[in-house]
Amino acid sequence: MVPTSYFLVLSAVLFVIGALGVLLRRNVLIIFMSVEMMLNAVNLTFAALAYHFLQIHGQIFVLMVMVVAAAEVAVGLAIVMSVIRHKDTTNIEDVNLLKG
Amino acid sequence: MVLFVVFALIAIVAAVGVIISRRPIYSALFLLLNFASLAALYIMLQAQFLAAVQVIVYGGAIVVLFLFVVMLLGGGELNDIRDTNRPFLQRFGWQRFVAVGLGVLMVAGLGYGLVTGELSAVQGDPAAFGQGSVQAIGSVLYTDYLLPFELASVLLLVGMIGAVVLARPPE
Repeated sequence: MVPTSYFLVLSAVLFVIGALGVLLRRNVLIIFMSVEMMLNAVNLTFAALAYHFLQIHGQIFVLMVMVVAAAEVAVGLAIVMSVIRHKDTTNIEDVNLLKG
Repeated sequence: MVLFVVFALIAIVAAVGVIISRRPIYSALFLLLNFASLAALYIMLQAQFLAAVQVIVYGGAIVVLFLFVVMLLGGGELNDIRDTNRPFLQRFGWQRFVAVGLGVLMVAGLGYGLVTGELSAVQGDPAAFGQGSVQAIGSVLYTDYLLPFELASVLLLVGMIGAVVLARPPE
């Protein structure tokens, strides 16, 4: 029987690693993967607390997050592809169209 | 407990591997490992259906999508981590102060959670939880959460149309 707080600490660590990836890397694909890892860490929190409180509603939330993540990846990678077609780079330092 | 430690270590190592790999294809494969170990943790949390969905949606759809894009771009080495012109700390401006603040906040939160021990003992209904089976999830999803379920289908439709429109070659 693993204490629930261990799962919460693990998901916090995974979330921080994902945030580090977003902050340190400049490649748009790696940043995308880090965002996915952060979403997964939050999912783990939901599942752990659902099990702790024996409430199925937390697992429904995880399903909703997965739906949003799937839609987000599809649209995001399409945006990445069209950016690469226009600018021929995956480095976000070179993509500053909206910078005033 | 042993299984938890093993899969937690695999998840953390794979997560670190994602952000330090030089080649994006290795990052994508580490991401797959991370998702798979999280699926094992879901099974430990009596969420069997979520574990299956995790493998199918994340491992089967999202990672494959990432791999497609990496293959389309050609997986050359990236040099976006190491900026050898400047020492490590000077690469960050105000971000490092924010990072220290957030780090202290996180350590404080984790320490408080670990010191004060278990969470409150409010318990739900074990029968309604139903071991996280498809039946237990379905009976809640199609009654209480019917509207969010339908809205999720609209969201997926919008995502699909958006991806097609964005990925279309310019006229």
